Amino acid sequence: MRNNNLTKRSVGKIINVLLNNTVPIVILLILVFAIPLSNLSGTFIIREIVTRLSRNLFLILSLIIPVLAGMGMNFSIVLGAMSAQIAIIFITDWGIIGIQGVLLAILISTPIAILLGFFAGIILNKAKGKEMVTGFMLSFFVNGIYQIFVLFIMGSLIPISNSEILLDKGYGIRNTINLIGIRQVLDNLIAFDIKGVRIPILLFLIIGLLCIFIIWFKKTKLGHEINTVGQDNDISAYMGINVGKIRILSIVISTILACYGQIIFLQNIGTLTVYDSHIQVGVFTIAAILVGGASVTSANIGNAIIGAILFHAMFVVSPLAGKTLIGNAQIGEYFRVFISYGVIAFSLAVYAWRERIEEKRDEITKGNEI
Amino acid sequence: MKLEIKKIIENFSLPRIIVFLFLLFLLILTPFSGLRFDSTINDIIVRFGMNGVLVLSLIPMVKSGCGLNFGLQLSIIPGLLGAIISIEMGLRNFIGFFAAIGIAIFFAVISGYLYGLLLNKVKGNEMVVATYVGFSIVSFMCIMWLLLPFKSTDMIWPYGGTGLRPTISNKGYWFNILTDFLKINIGEYLVIPTGNILFFALLALLLWGFFRTKLGTSIAITGINADYARSCGINIDNMRIISVIVSTIIGAIGIIVYQESFGFIQLYLGPLYMSFPAIAAILIGGATVDKASISNVIIGVLLFQGISAAAPSVVNNLLKHDIAEPLRIVITNGMIVYALTRVVRSR
Repeated sequence: MRNNNLTKRSVGKIINVLLNNTVPIVILLILVFAIPLSNLSGTFIIREIVTRLSRNLFLILSLIIPVLAGMGMNFSIVLGAMSAQIAIIFITDWGIIGIQGVLLAILISTPIAILLGFFAGIILNKAKGKEMVTGFMLSFFVNGIYQIFVLFIMGSLIPISNSEILLDKGYGIRNTINLIGIRQVLDNLIAFDIKGVRIPILLFLIIGLLCIFIIWFKKTKLGHEINTVGQDNDISAYMGINVGKIRILSIVISTILACYGQIIFLQNIGTLTVYDSHIQVGVFTIAAILVGGASVTSANIGNAIIGAILFHAMFVVSPLAGKTLIGNAQIGEYFRVFISYGVIAFSLAVYAWRERIEEKRDEITKGNEI
Repeated sequence: MKLEIKKIIENFSLPRIIVFLFLLFLLILTPFSGLRFDSTINDIIVRFGMNGVLVLSLIPMVKSGCGLNFGLQLSIIPGLLGAIISIEMGLRNFIGFFAAIGIAIFFAVISGYLYGLLLNKVKGNEMVVATYVGFSIVSFMCIMWLLLPFKSTDMIWPYGGTGLRPTISNKGYWFNILTDFLKINIGEYLVIPTGNILFFALLALLLWGFFRTKLGTSIAITGINADYARSCGINIDNMRIISVIVSTIIGAIGIIVYQESFGFIQLYLGPLYMSFPAIAAILIGGATVDKASISNVIIGVLLFQGISAAAPSVVNNLLKHDIAEPLRIVITNGMIVYALTRVVRSR
């Protein structure tokens, strides 16, 4: 009898582990099938993944702190990306290039990111329990304001002199801006090649520093407070923590980090599509961290790294795998869009389902107590 | 006095007043910007007929407590299937139109039932889950549009290329079949699409009637107070599923009416963001996350589509700016953010 119970329990445990990691396991299985189908060489895949890791990991890591604060996936990191882009438009206009350009972009974008993050924090505080959908809609809303700013205010109220980035009508910014001045300056500053794979050491050092910062930050008093707020709002308030302020702060930090992440991303890509580059930032980073096994209530550096590798490996191979399989690369393109959205939908649904089961359990135990 | 004004504003909601005043301002400016007033009005009415049913479809889910239907795509997809299968079968005019609706309803019942089951599992987080389930299904169907074996030459690429075209014209099938039904020519620039308005009125009436039946009342009670509903012996989960199915069916009909008036069927990523304008419209009409009525729909669609119709031409002609599109983005999404920050719903 007892033995039976034990096996039952261990089977339950295994099922639980599998359930907790459904998303990474499914993606891994897809990769196992898709990599041979894509006919890509190992070196090529590794090179692509290394580039994409250095390009995207900073952005993905910016999601962690709001999760600790119990605010779920921060869909409003798009606001940080917009701050970065505004700063990059300015430095391109002024013709400041190289590492100085990147540093100046960081300097200009930080106050914008703080301002937007603060705004997002206040809004999200008014929508407790609906942070994710509100953050998502908020990013669309601010995108409209960003468009008005870039399309009408830049070049008219704010002087922009570089005719290469200005629209022909004399104000407003062109759709694409060539970032030749800062293209891959961070990538190439310190880097070396191993068997044809270029490793941007400096970028990985920066990402490493961010990881150390996150680990250190969790241990500070502020970090503990954020964690407490994430566990239970009422208890934190009882302990004298200003819950609203802590939540705003974690969104501000996340927005600033996302802003720097977007600068890293854009200097690597080398072109800025003014009206598009930021739109998908939220979806792709969130999908990536979820693929790494994170959930709405828990996310760590490991999730970010594993997620970045798996998600971007899938991004690299799926169009070609689709081509081999059905003779149409478009299928692979749609497939990776589907996986991005599907992963988010699945993770959110599992989280909501669990929350509901726990709620029900609480109700039952409460009923028993009475 | 001050308090009273505050209360009126509170009741009427500030954004709605702003939107209303903005529309009024635009309409006053119309003649000065070199546009015909009657053609602007015509535009608004046509757009009302085009979008009304889609927005109407949000009501049942709000009433049952499922919140705003951010997963409107789950009814748009059945609608698209209905439309293209009807064209594939070569059905024309009213037969084609109603065949499209019939087929769409069949798929909508399945889609709505599964969607309802899912929403019951994620109570309290319906909106964010629905958003991404909607996005997933649209991107999944992108693959299907490439693979499904449709043959009609009006829908596939003429040579080379695989799959269905991204925009399919329904001209020659059932384009403007409702719009032209009993249409009233008031002037050269003002034509009332009587058929569209009658169709909207018919569906609105049916919905109104539905919420007067025992079943409809039970659904409404579920939305107002789940505990009370439970104590009355109402099966909450079933009520919610039924409301989702009804919403999905109306939405599927809504997108067909939209295509009928618009002239094109948009596949692939076309429907991706279609839920937001519909939600924004009902919110501008005064609905909230947990309250919505047919009058909200009518007022909301008129105001929202009024701005969408009048703003581009008026603003562009006056300022020589095409600021209207970003402005529309700000209004649509600002309205939704505002509504989400308003109501703290107790679960």
